Amino acid sequence: MIALSDYLLLGAVLFSISVAGIFLNRKNVITLLMCIELMLLAVNMNFVAFSHFLGDASGQIFVFFILTVAAAEAAIGLAILVVLFRNRGTINVADLDMLKG
Amino acid sequence: MENVYLTIVLAPLIGAIVAGFFGGVIGRAGAHWAASTGVGISAFLSLWVVGAFIWGGAPTFNETVYTWMVSDGIRFEIGFLVDRLTALMMGVVTFVSFAVHIYTIGYMADDEHNWPEGSRAGRNSYQRFFSYISLFTFSMLMLVMSNNFLQLFFGWEAVGLVSYLLIGFWSVRESAVFANLKAFLVNRVGDFGFILGIAAIGMYFNSMDYAEVFARAPEFAETQVALFGGVSLMTLICILLFIGAMGKSAQVPLHVWLPDSMEGPTPISALIHAATMVTAGIFMVARMSPLYELSTTALSFVLLIGAITAFFMGLIGLVQNDIKRVVAYSTLSQLGYMIAALGASAYAAGIFHLMTHAFFKALLFLAAGSVIMAMHHDQDIRNMGGLRRYMPITWMTALIGSLALIAFPGFSGFFSKDAIIEAVGDSHAFGAGFAWLLLTLGAFVTALYSFRMYYLVFHGKPRMDEHTRSHLHETRWVVTLPLIALAIPSVFIGWMTVEPLLVNNWLGDAIYVKPEHDSLRHLAEHWHGQKAFILHGMSAPPFWLAMGGLLLATYIWWFLHRSRPTIDEELQAKSGPVGRILADKYGFDDFNQRVFAGGGRAIGQLFWGTGDRTLIDGGMVNGSARLVGYLAGVIRQMQTGFLYHYAIAMIIGLVVLLTLFVAL
Amino acid sequence: MGFEKFLFYIFAAITVFAAGMVVTRRNPVHSVLYLVLAFVSSAALWILIEAEFLGIVLVLVYVGAVMVLFLFVVMMLDIDIASIRAQFIRNLPLGLFVAGVMVLNMLLILGPSNFGLEQFAKPDPRPAGYSNTAELGLDLYTTYLYQFEIAAVILLVAIIAAIRLTLRRRPETKYQDPSQQVRVRKGPSRVRLISMPPERTPRPVPVAPAPAATNDNKETAE
Repeated sequence: MIALSDYLLLGAVLFSISVAGIFLNRKNVITLLMCIELMLLAVNMNFVAFSHFLGDASGQIFVFFILTVAAAEAAIGLAILVVLFRNRGTINVADLDMLKG
Repeated sequence: MENVYLTIVLAPLIGAIVAGFFGGVIGRAGAHWAASTGVGISAFLSLWVVGAFIWGGAPTFNETVYTWMVSDGIRFEIGFLVDRLTALMMGVVTFVSFAVHIYTIGYMADDEHNWPEGSRAGRNSYQRFFSYISLFTFSMLMLVMSNNFLQLFFGWEAVGLVSYLLIGFWSVRESAVFANLKAFLVNRVGDFGFILGIAAIGMYFNSMDYAEVFARAPEFAETQVALFGGVSLMTLICILLFIGAMGKSAQVPLHVWLPDSMEGPTPISALIHAATMVTAGIFMVARMSPLYELSTTALSFVLLIGAITAFFMGLIGLVQNDIKRVVAYSTLSQLGYMIAALGASAYAAGIFHLMTHAFFKALLFLAAGSVIMAMHHDQDIRNMGGLRRYMPITWMTALIGSLALIAFPGFSGFFSKDAIIEAVGDSHAFGAGFAWLLLTLGAFVTALYSFRMYYLVFHGKPRMDEHTRSHLHETRWVVTLPLIALAIPSVFIGWMTVEPLLVNNWLGDAIYVKPEHDSLRHLAEHWHGQKAFILHGMSAPPFWLAMGGLLLATYIWWFLHRSRPTIDEELQAKSGPVGRILADKYGFDDFNQRVFAGGGRAIGQLFWGTGDRTLIDGGMVNGSARLVGYLAGVIRQMQTGFLYHYAIAMIIGLVVLLTLFVAL
Repeated sequence: MGFEKFLFYIFAAITVFAAGMVVTRRNPVHSVLYLVLAFVSSAALWILIEAEFLGIVLVLVYVGAVMVLFLFVVMMLDIDIASIRAQFIRNLPLGLFVAGVMVLNMLLILGPSNFGLEQFAKPDPRPAGYSNTAELGLDLYTTYLYQFEIAAVILLVAIIAAIRLTLRRRPETKYQDPSQQVRVRKGPSRVRLISMPPERTPRPVPVAPAPAATNDNKETAE
């Protein structure tokens, strides 16, 4: 029998891996974006699991919305990336220090 | 009646506003017409009011016109108290003011020569001057017609302000700016005492109204205040108020501003610094007579201050060479006489002398101004002489003024000054004997310096340069008319009013004298008419001293001066240390300059340098800015601008929070 | 251990492995492909707990659209992998530490003691003929109608934003503007008739016969 905790722990592991991924690939914007997708997947995993074990379809609705937002985010993020690359010729995060005070 | 009083007060104000704010529009003629009309209306109505009190038996008017606010039971109001004392003051103030307005038309006619080319301040100076003197008339009327302490204080400060503005009227002259600042600061000292006195009254009486305070004053006659080890409340209040009077009426040691105030144009020297404003202190003390009568200490203080001023300031007049300063020191001396009269409880005599003095001193100043105009603004009497032939009207009127000043029998000054000396002689106050001695000797000094100036200016050989001499001529009618208008009361007003004022107690309820203090009673009881008074006066020492002074002055500056034109300088050179002390004006100026002004500047320097620049500017203002800048510089190191640093910071924060959440 | 549990572990292992590869691969193309794998196995896991619609959507929409978008971008951009990977090892300990602390924390909370079968029993299986899609559709178009429309707007915004960001007009590109073409009307905007006096150029003195002849030709042509 699959328990709720199994899914939750899987989500936790996925989330931690993506956090570690952010640390590891801090220079690579594309991988960062992918890590964020992975995080959202972990969150979705929790929603789906709770939805199933609590017998409430709202959780799945939420996942639906998260997917929507994630898609939008990915589209815009990649668009920004493309523009960035076009303007600066690189996507190396180390070069992107325009926020520096 | 309320409308009449309001008109008297407001007409000069309107004149001042029109001349001041619309001076550029209405031009010079418009300004002097507006101001003179306002004051003229006021003068006419005031004289009518005086007439109503003399012949119509008008009742005392005491009403509130406007209530400003009520705070904790104290009403702050604008109101008029018009009794015989006020009416007298109103008449004097508006009459002299009107005469000065007329005179100013002539005196200030070519004022643009006193300003540098193209100066903006000089463009409307004529109009501004009229605005100021009208404003002064308004302020002075507010002061004398007030029925409460607050309005009195308003008038007190307003006349001080106008005095400041007028002393420094020629603001491009450094000496004028110095003088007006000096006048303002010295008056601040007096006003500080004055407002403390008013505050003490407010504290104990819980009222600002004269009538209420005077009615309840006897209740507090025995009250002690825990100050300096216990002082009588009345003594404290009276002395504090008198400190205000010392500032305004230029009594030792707060007299230092008055001689310097001669930097202002001559008409205001006549109006403000001789005839009216400086008498505000005398008026105030007379008005407060119900309070002063309760404190013999304060009365003795007043008496001694007045007597000291009267004698010692007169002495300085002997060594002055500036025609206006001579008259200024004589003003100080005469104010001392008035103050001494107040101290001897002879309020009526003080007010009487105030009135006569207003006329003859204004006359003397205006005559001096006329001379100055003729001399092309040279004020040094050593450069004058022989003006009698060129300026007959000025000469005659100045002679009348001088005779009135030295109390020549029959002239107005004689009655008032003799009455004061008699009253002080009859007083039983502490120090009255000493004061009497000083006042009597003062008569001699007065005659000496008055006629020294008179002879040096009007007699002897002309000592001015050829250019000036060829231009000498009598001044315009607008100048001489006020001289004549003031010369008439200078001769007759004493004769006319001595009997009602001093003998028949015309002032009535306006002043209150305790029976045991009444130093004028002796005079009243032995009154046999003016002629008898004159004859009696001619047998008394003051008369002989005055005549001695007159003769001595005639001998030295008329007789000796013919053969030895340098006699004046020789005498001053020979007088040794006494002359030097007099020339130094007893060192008051130096002392103030060194101790108060220098000390104030040193303290200011200290506060500015250490307190302001180092501590506040350097430490607090710039210091805090630099600290923030430094901290920001440190914190800025954390702002790498790399997005992933922020992301990592976020994640680490998340982990820490999560750990805290789990662990707790 | 039932078959379901076995399947769960298989797919969970695949997901975790794929996720690990996503964050560690040098080549972003590989990362994207592993991410696809993680999504697909997640979809299988979701289907395992009766979220069939979302599982299908994840594969169709996410894998089919978003991930392909990622692939396009990754392949389109010329990425200098060497410089990007430079600090990978240096950051490894910190990353592992933070991830470890996180896992530990979550384990403490989300473990079987709190969310085990005792606390949350396995719900009864759905009856035959139950449609997860229908249920979600009912909810979505009734209870969550407004949110659904907002989501639609968000997607629209994303489309416009992405287009606006990446669109660029090259000045050298030649193109036709149909709207301008359609707007042309018969009359003055199409043809302009100008009446002007004939050009009278002073006949230059012929230096050589040949240029003079060309001049003549030109004039006649005009």
